[in-house]
Amino acid sequence: MTEVTMVVNGKSVTKSVKGNTLMTEFLREELRLTGTHVGCDTSQCGACVVHVNGEAVKSCTMFAAEANGAEVNTIESMENPDGSLGVIQQAFQDHHGLQCGFCTPGMVMSAAALLKDNPKPSEAEIRDYLEGNICRCTGYHNIVKSIMAASGQDVSNIAAE
Amino acid sequence: MPKDHGIGASPKRREDVRFLTGTGNYTDDINVYGQAYVYFLRSDMAHGNIKNIDTSAAEAMSGVVKIFTGADFEGVGGIPCGWEITDKNGDAMQEPAHPVLAIGKVRHVGDPIAAVVADSLEEARNAAEAIDVDIEELPAVVDMKAALEDGATKVHDDLTSNLCYDWQFGTETADVDAAFAGAAHVTTLELTNNRLVANPMEPRVAVGDYNRAGDHSTLHTTSQNPHVIRLLMGAFVLGIPEHKLTVVAPDVGGGFGTKIFHYAEEAFVTFAAKACNRAVKWTSSRSEAFMSDAHGRDHVSKIELALDADNNFVGLRTDTYANMGAYLSTFASSVPTWLHGTLMAGNYKTPAVQVNVKAVFTTTVPVDAYRGAGRPEATYQLERLIDKAARELSVDPMALRRQNFITSFPYATPVAVEYDTGDYNATMDKMEELMDFPGFAARRAASEAKGMLRGRGVNCFIEACGIAPSNLVGQLGARAGLYDAATVRVNATGSISVMVGAHSHGQGHETVFPQVVAEMLGIDEGMIDIVHGDTSKIPFGMGTYGSRSLAVCGSAMVRATEKIINKAKKIAAHLLEASEGDIELKDGQFSVAGTDKSVAWGDVTLAAYVPHNYPLEDIEPGLEETAFYDPANFTYPAGAYACEVEVDPETGKVTIEKFVSADDFGNVVNPMIVEGQVHGGIAQGIGQALLENCAYDENGQLLSASYMDYAMPRADDLPHMANYVVDHSCQTPCTHNPLGVKGCGEAGAIGSPPTVVNAVLDALNSGNHDVEHIDMPVSPSRVWEAMNG
Repeated sequence: MTEVTMVVNGKSVTKSVKGNTLMTEFLREELRLTGTHVGCDTSQCGACVVHVNGEAVKSCTMFAAEANGAEVNTIESMENPDGSLGVIQQAFQDHHGLQCGFCTPGMVMSAAALLKDNPKPSEAEIRDYLEGNICRCTGYHNIVKSIMAASGQDVSNIAAE
Repeated sequence: MPKDHGIGASPKRREDVRFLTGTGNYTDDINVYGQAYVYFLRSDMAHGNIKNIDTSAAEAMSGVVKIFTGADFEGVGGIPCGWEITDKNGDAMQEPAHPVLAIGKVRHVGDPIAAVVADSLEEARNAAEAIDVDIEELPAVVDMKAALEDGATKVHDDLTSNLCYDWQFGTETADVDAAFAGAAHVTTLELTNNRLVANPMEPRVAVGDYNRAGDHSTLHTTSQNPHVIRLLMGAFVLGIPEHKLTVVAPDVGGGFGTKIFHYAEEAFVTFAAKACNRAVKWTSSRSEAFMSDAHGRDHVSKIELALDADNNFVGLRTDTYANMGAYLSTFASSVPTWLHGTLMAGNYKTPAVQVNVKAVFTTTVPVDAYRGAGRPEATYQLERLIDKAARELSVDPMALRRQNFITSFPYATPVAVEYDTGDYNATMDKMEELMDFPGFAARRAASEAKGMLRGRGVNCFIEACGIAPSNLVGQLGARAGLYDAATVRVNATGSISVMVGAHSHGQGHETVFPQVVAEMLGIDEGMIDIVHGDTSKIPFGMGTYGSRSLAVCGSAMVRATEKIINKAKKIAAHLLEASEGDIELKDGQFSVAGTDKSVAWGDVTLAAYVPHNYPLEDIEPGLEETAFYDPANFTYPAGAYACEVEVDPETGKVTIEKFVSADDFGNVVNPMIVEGQVHGGIAQGIGQALLENCAYDENGQLLSASYMDYAMPRADDLPHMANYVVDHSCQTPCTHNPLGVKGCGEAGAIGSPPTVVNAVLDALNSGNHDVEHIDMPVSPSRVWEAMNG
């Protein structure tokens, strides 16, 4: 067992973990932050994306011990301080960017990382960036639209139908 | 001006807030205090005799609670099949036993051999590695036609062969033969409908719990239909009566059919929780899902179309081999028969249609319903065949379709179903308008100037949804009724809880269903909540599949709401000292016709629960009504789809440049949700057409058992927004349900595969190319081989 200390969603946490405890298990089982999901076991689906020191990371491919000293943010940190939906979250609701919701936390965290580096991405750039996030419900159409809207681009003329 | 509330509006989804903030409650988020974990030791062999299983070393390992094998399930029921098919000789299908854990033999890679229950998952997994299993390997049975040859290795030794059934349906043989004998032209096509894996992003999870004090079992599971699981598992597998068993399906992360079925792992955790007197949890890994979730499609078909000298369709004949896998999953037997054969007439007035299906056991994962279930297979055969006929006859594929369309309704097909309504020319017109066909030649020339081939493909389809009239499906072999139920509970202050049998796992019922009730009562949607997914909270229900939620359960909800209105009017009449027949309900106010006397919704509901001034001699207090709704017919959504593709002749890569769907779903309650459903269905259909393939090698090894090997559609595989339109403006309302709705969940997955492949073949027949055939998935290597092979 190793003792790890990290700041998760703004709160410092210290826990003893086994060397082989994955970051997903740590978040879900130890901290009960169950918004981070596990959709595969080959690091393909992206349902587990969180931010570690500001970078998007697939938390299923990282040991909790590796995050010692890091600042970690999960989907549970994305709402505004008053509890209302954050900009990206609100755009996903406004444009029906989610259906079953299982891939959604990873999509939102990936979108946030994209927009940090590229505040006005084109549709092609968004589609390319989402290569590591799989959604089975939406066909991505409304996810792409949501991310464009979250970046302040006008999507009102994009054919919804 | 679009409506902002009620039927026809697109309010934001209320379920989104919890999903967007990480506060959903999926089954894997549920932990029961003191729970143990189960790890299934699964066969890595396709087929073999189990000679011995030695668990002694494993049992001594740290944390192990108990290890189960097939022997522990002797005397326990097996996993049942919910539909008995009668073959063409009048005999019942061959129905093999399907034990919870393998007994005697393993029959596919992934077949569970033993289950280790331990304090932690890690300890369970470690102990499973210490189980010594001696299996005598037998030849794998993979190819369906070889499986039916004399002397073929049998998957089930106690059956006479690997043939589950040989089914024939539709027009009598002599009449079909006569149609072909008199034909001016016959087009023949052989094709494969590739095996797929549904792959909802949430893998399956099951948590079994047992309360000794009440002798009560609870199963939390990732299901589309918790009452069906309670019925199948309780009655057929474990013998638990309904009042001692609760099944909860909370937030479920997608289903697409594969979470309809009752699975061995659900029965196991429920059984083991009682045996161990401790909750038991199973969470599937994705790799495990590939070898234990029921697969979809996997048909091999030969189909023939007879045309007269004027290009009228005069006869259609199909011969399909349908893979059942190693065991019969819950609805496996119905998919290639009643969900496929009945749609073989398509949108066309072909007078003679005969469907033949041989269902075959192989040493592969069971195959069952996947989004569309039988209807995509029917549509794909028919619409590929019509395109081929058009090429052979050098006629316009759209004109050939239009010429043969059914145009008057109701229309009884030669394959048993009666279409109540539709307008296939209207959806075709809409599709053509949106596709800008006059501009195609210029777009093709522009592609050719870049060295690319451009093709366009069209497809028309019909499906049967809203399954189904119970007396009809009972005659056809279904072992369950297929109605649905809803309870509308009006509370004292006028707020409402609606308990529905449909289950929402992405469809947005929590938003859509209140729109309907709010419209009927004239009250705010925010006063209405939907309750679903828990057998202890809802009256009954057959769940969500086959695009049935609104058509069947929504109709039950309408009927229950009508009962509420009738009773509320009686109360209002009493309060207003008027005759019940004079009471009108509008905008949440009950008024006396022709007067200014009225009483508000909340006053009536309060009176029902505080009945001081109330007609107690005539009606009971309270305001709660239940309705069961059994549909009179299927619903028949239909549409016309088209796309344009570019094919790179150097690499074989196909890119979808333009895609249009024109659907007729009847009335639409929430356009935003409908469009989302179509987007998702089309993505899965494009996935089938271009990317996805569940592959076995000749030894029965599953080659595509992870996202490294199974190509799921990614965002950049799908058409870009500017060239992609999903339209549902053509609406012929269903004639037999109260909302006039038809269902929209599966259309995209049914309509898009032939559209894409027809477009690819059009491209591969442009210029000096003449590729006659290609099978899905139309991968770059297959395209390149077809062009250069």
